[in-house]
Amino acid sequence: MSARVLSLDNLHAGYGQTEILHDLSLYVDPNEIVAIIGPNGAGKSTAMKAVLGLLNINSGTVSLNGTQITDTPAAEVVRLGISYVPQTKNVFVNLSVKENLEMGAWTRPDGVEERLDEMFTLFPDLSEKRNQAAGSLSGGQRQMVAMAKALMVDAKVLLLDEPTAGLSPKYRGEIFATIQKIKSTGVPILIVEQNAKQALGVADRGYVLVDGANRHTGTGAELLADREIARMFLGGGH
Amino acid sequence: MWDAFGFEFVNFYLIPGLVLGCIYALGAIGITLTFGILRFANFAHGELMMIGAYLTWTIMAVITATVGITIHPLLAAIPACVVVIYLFFWTDKFFYKPFRNADTIKVVMASFGMMLIIRSAVQAIWGPNQLTFVPGIAKPNQSLMGWTGDIGAMLLIPNKHLLIFAGTIVFVVVLSYILNRTRIGKAMRAVSDSPELAHVTGIDVDQVIRATWIIGGICAVAAGVFLAMDIQLLETTMGFRMLLPMFAAAILGGIGKPYGAVFGGLVIGLAEELSAYPWIGDAPLLSPGYKTGVAFSIMVIMLILRPQGLFKGRAF
Repeated sequence: MSARVLSLDNLHAGYGQTEILHDLSLYVDPNEIVAIIGPNGAGKSTAMKAVLGLLNINSGTVSLNGTQITDTPAAEVVRLGISYVPQTKNVFVNLSVKENLEMGAWTRPDGVEERLDEMFTLFPDLSEKRNQAAGSLSGGQRQMVAMAKALMVDAKVLLLDEPTAGLSPKYRGEIFATIQKIKSTGVPILIVEQNAKQALGVADRGYVLVDGANRHTGTGAELLADREIARMFLGGGH
Repeated sequence: MWDAFGFEFVNFYLIPGLVLGCIYALGAIGITLTFGILRFANFAHGELMMIGAYLTWTIMAVITATVGITIHPLLAAIPACVVVIYLFFWTDKFFYKPFRNADTIKVVMASFGMMLIIRSAVQAIWGPNQLTFVPGIAKPNQSLMGWTGDIGAMLLIPNKHLLIFAGTIVFVVVLSYILNRTRIGKAMRAVSDSPELAHVTGIDVDQVIRATWIIGGICAVAAGVFLAMDIQLLETTMGFRMLLPMFAAAILGGIGKPYGAVFGGLVIGLAEELSAYPWIGDAPLLSPGYKTGVAFSIMVIMLILRPQGLFKGRAF
């Protein structure tokens, strides 16, 4: 267990009285990209919000590096090293790119300037736009800002909620390439995705969520090759 | 040209309009910041301006009685600011914070209640009679008068008005520095932008709220003291009378936009004073009694035509 960066065990959670996650268990190990795929309403994004302490957890636990963080408030979860990029409204539109990254570094005690330079190296497109308002950028660039903002702290794990939703295929490819780059810097990633095929393509492991519980698990390649999963989620236009 | 209409227009309409505009601007900054960051219309803001002026008066009176010297209101306003900031903290803790996650209307009503409580408390403590910082007529600044008279455009501006202009400029410059250059100021803009994202970014939202009350409180005391210096009297209804024009200024500039509030304040102040200028014929265009109506009309027209304000603030 000690190797697990993030682990959710037998989680039952939801909004108010409505339970959405029924006995969800999953984990992220160091240097892994883990994808959560599944149909709409399966509870994919809800799983992330449970980690952030944004909803009611009825039973089960969330642990970071073996320490329980169940029901910890979001600001504290971030301080502990879980960085989260929401699906929508994930940048401060009235703040410049640089200011967005500075806000991402709120819980970072020092070395903000150095980290900014590292981020502008990792996301070269953002460097020239650093003084532009984030709201003036394209969807794909905003997503880059949101990821860079989340990486301003020394994240122990990065949570990405549908980072390619609503993006053109060109940007989708770029985002997945960036995700692999981030992994290579040593940050494990938990990603929720609609574009299941591409997500499983970059993921080390994947979970298929149906009705708030994990139905299938396996390596990205195994899930991609699974005929039932292919029929359920991967068919059609993907 | 200057003698025909400029002298009267500039000295008796334009300058008083700018003075009033500065006071509205300072008050509207606090209203717009509260709306942007805490997401509610704070009806008690005018009363905090008023109590700031009363505390300033009291500090002046105590110093005169004990030491025997009369200090300038702006000096006495500094300790008054500290008290008002704590009042802001205290009202937030007991009256606003419990409603933070409830419907906005509940906290608006709580602020309405605070408004009545504060005004009644001031009436009970200081009494219903009018007070004044410094009695007597304020003479125009002589050197400014002489210098502008030499070039043919004599300005009659008393020192108190020059102080109000200078003070407002200083406040706006400092505010702009805080919002754009400091960590807490950027966080204030971030929370105003999206409280949810600020939360999951790990920003200490409570600290941002405290900063908002501090800045709003200082601007409110400045506005209250400037108003009392300008009209040379303090009365318990002075805050309430300012409330509507200040809201009009905040709405005109765009809710949540501090620069918009400053601009809106100046426009409302000027519009109120200039509405009484005899634009057509010899009689005032609008009787001075309708001044408040001017602010109200601007507010209603803005809400109908452009609810997001001139600077694209948040729509109601």
